[in-house]
Amino acid sequence: MTQQPGEPIADGPAVGSAVLVADAPTTGSDGRAGKPPRELGQARWLSIIFLGPALILLAVIVLYPLVYSAVRSLFDDGPAGTTGGFVGLRNYGSVFTDPSTFRAVKNNIIWILVAPTVITIVGLIFAVLSERIRWSSAFKLVLFMPMAISFLASGVTFELIYSDQPSRGLANAVTVGIRDTFSSPSLYPETHIRTGGSFTGSASSGYTTTKAYSPGTPVLIPMVGLSLTSPPKGLVSAQPPSTGPGLNGVVWNDFRRGGGGTVGKVDPGELGLKGVHVQALQDGKVVASTTADAKGDFSFPGLTSATYQVKLPASNFAPPFNGLSWLGPNLITPSIMIAYLWVYAGFAMVLLAAGMAAIPRDALEAARIDGATEWQVFRRVTAPLLAPVLLVVFVTLVINVLKIFDIVFVISSGAGANGKYADVLATQLFNAYGQQRYGIASAIGVVLVLVVVPFMALNIRRFRREQR
Amino acid sequence: MTAAASTDIVTGSINRGWAARIAARTGGGALRIFLIVVALVWLIPTFGLLIESLRDPAQYANGGWWDAITHPAQLTFSNYSALLKTSAITGSFWNTVEITVPATILVVLIGAAAGYAFAWLEFPGRDALFLVVIGLLVVPIQIALIPVVKLYSALGISGSILSVVIFHVAFGLPFAIFLLRNYFSGIPRDLMEAARMDGATEGRIFFRIVLPLGLPAIASLAIFQFLWVWNDLLVALIFTDSSSQPLTVALASQTRQFGSSIDVLAPGAFLSLIVPLAVFMFFQRFFVEGVMAGSVK
Repeated sequence: MTQQPGEPIADGPAVGSAVLVADAPTTGSDGRAGKPPRELGQARWLSIIFLGPALILLAVIVLYPLVYSAVRSLFDDGPAGTTGGFVGLRNYGSVFTDPSTFRAVKNNIIWILVAPTVITIVGLIFAVLSERIRWSSAFKLVLFMPMAISFLASGVTFELIYSDQPSRGLANAVTVGIRDTFSSPSLYPETHIRTGGSFTGSASSGYTTTKAYSPGTPVLIPMVGLSLTSPPKGLVSAQPPSTGPGLNGVVWNDFRRGGGGTVGKVDPGELGLKGVHVQALQDGKVVASTTADAKGDFSFPGLTSATYQVKLPASNFAPPFNGLSWLGPNLITPSIMIAYLWVYAGFAMVLLAAGMAAIPRDALEAARIDGATEWQVFRRVTAPLLAPVLLVVFVTLVINVLKIFDIVFVISSGAGANGKYADVLATQLFNAYGQQRYGIASAIGVVLVLVVVPFMALNIRRFRREQR
Repeated sequence: MTAAASTDIVTGSINRGWAARIAARTGGGALRIFLIVVALVWLIPTFGLLIESLRDPAQYANGGWWDAITHPAQLTFSNYSALLKTSAITGSFWNTVEITVPATILVVLIGAAAGYAFAWLEFPGRDALFLVVIGLLVVPIQIALIPVVKLYSALGISGSILSVVIFHVAFGLPFAIFLLRNYFSGIPRDLMEAARMDGATEGRIFFRIVLPLGLPAIASLAIFQFLWVWNDLLVALIFTDSSSQPLTVALASQTRQFGSSIDVLAPGAFLSLIVPLAVFMFFQRFFVEGVMAGSVK
């Protein structure tokens, strides 16, 4: 019922049942009012032969379960899948009060609010833009291709993309790459202050000296933990700080290859920590900041009068950015939506492009001749004429999203313990079925029917209107 | 773009100065690049799956599939040859075929017969009955799982391929009847009358006139139904057992150990998508029509 005879897209190239119906002459429905072609008794007998198999299957496999579930949802669950006593609407109450089911309800609402709108808009943008290129049919072919692929295969495909390790998952490889381009990663994620020194704080909060230094007294900041087998490039041996004007100090790795040396003293061969950010604090406020040079030296020539504490901010030791947890509790639903967008954007685009092809050229030309900009043409001519097709795409997506199961099931089962954060009504129904909680499963099923009905009614009513 | 050019001729350079023209031209280049990027982004996931399916599984822990582009030595057919020796996977592949082919043929035949009756046979309550059938389009398959499972176990066909086929056919029918009835009712009345005057039976008319003339709609329906059943996971999860499960179910059970089963999952997923993809490539027009028409499901 996505598109019916007589819709604007009917004139579009090679899309939809509309084309199929448009191909055939339309003498059908109203021309049939004439005299019955056969004796009534014979016609009835014939109809039974032609309709029988379909009606039996529909009655037994589709209609009966609908009634069964409606009734079953009013009864409690006994042990091991047996039917308990009559409980009225209590199972429906549980759908909205049971925390795990309610999470599924919330996720379904998020899906409905976000996915159809985003996919329709993306489809529209692609449809408008692809009209302007010569290889638009190739473009449409590429974008439509995911519709051929099962959600299982798409799910596996996107789990490869969402894998947490940046070395493995494409999504994190890209985010880490982008992030490292725009902000340099911290230099010394694995180093920390030598314990026993006069410092407070930690690698995650930054280190501050416990005592205050006056200019002339060198600030020694011994660190440990630098990888000596593969130290960062460009490090050279540290030297005791030179005594210039202002506050001076050195930050170095207080350990050299092979060991030896004195703790808390700059020994030959111990590497200076080039590039470490150092802040000078007065009464807890940052009054100056600088960066250690190649030998680990830092100096605040401007600070000459008072006493200062010295702080190494946490940014020096931040663990490397390893990307986002795409399948973690917060992002799993948006991540699955992106996979869903990948599948359905081409669908929306092809329908909308067909709708646009059906817009009379004259209207567009006239608007352009009158001096309308391309945006005005789109806003005032294309969009209003396209509204019915936009509605078809949107409603179809809403119906599909309401019943969404496969892709959520596949990706969430690959996400392990975090999978439950992606649950939607249909997966929850499946879980309840697996736990033999048939009462609640039936209630979820009835809720699904009830929310789908208005959207389906919209489609059926339009179809009826167009039939006349 | 040509429309814009012709506008220039009419309105002169009042609306479109040289700046606008340069903007339009570079904009065209940017647009082309943007759409090329979009197309690549859309191709990458499937391409990545293909490469991963061809990689030595030991490499999965070390790095992403893109490593194989710089290190082609990682590529091997051993995943596929191992997969084709795994009877669970090859068996489930044939189960998929055994489920999909009859489910598609039966939906077309039964749906076409009913569509014909609704379009061309007179019987009391026809229009009301047709509305009921369309109304059944709203029924999500989820609601039928429990009652039909119980029904099947009462009938003693639980876990059989037949049980899955019946379920798919029944749930494919509302849409099939809807689509074919609309198409068949567009067949010229004169043609039907003439055939009846000549004394053709309804069966003969159905097979000799209606089905051949309805071929485009039937092709779209068949492709849609084929795709729907081939790619189905939920119905098969419920109704099949280990001897009748299709490829989707066999693979879905591996997703819980995603990392360690990648050598089965990646080639298996690719194996499952190659058939619909081939159908897509060979029958593009009917495919798009079928998917579009059937999107209501």
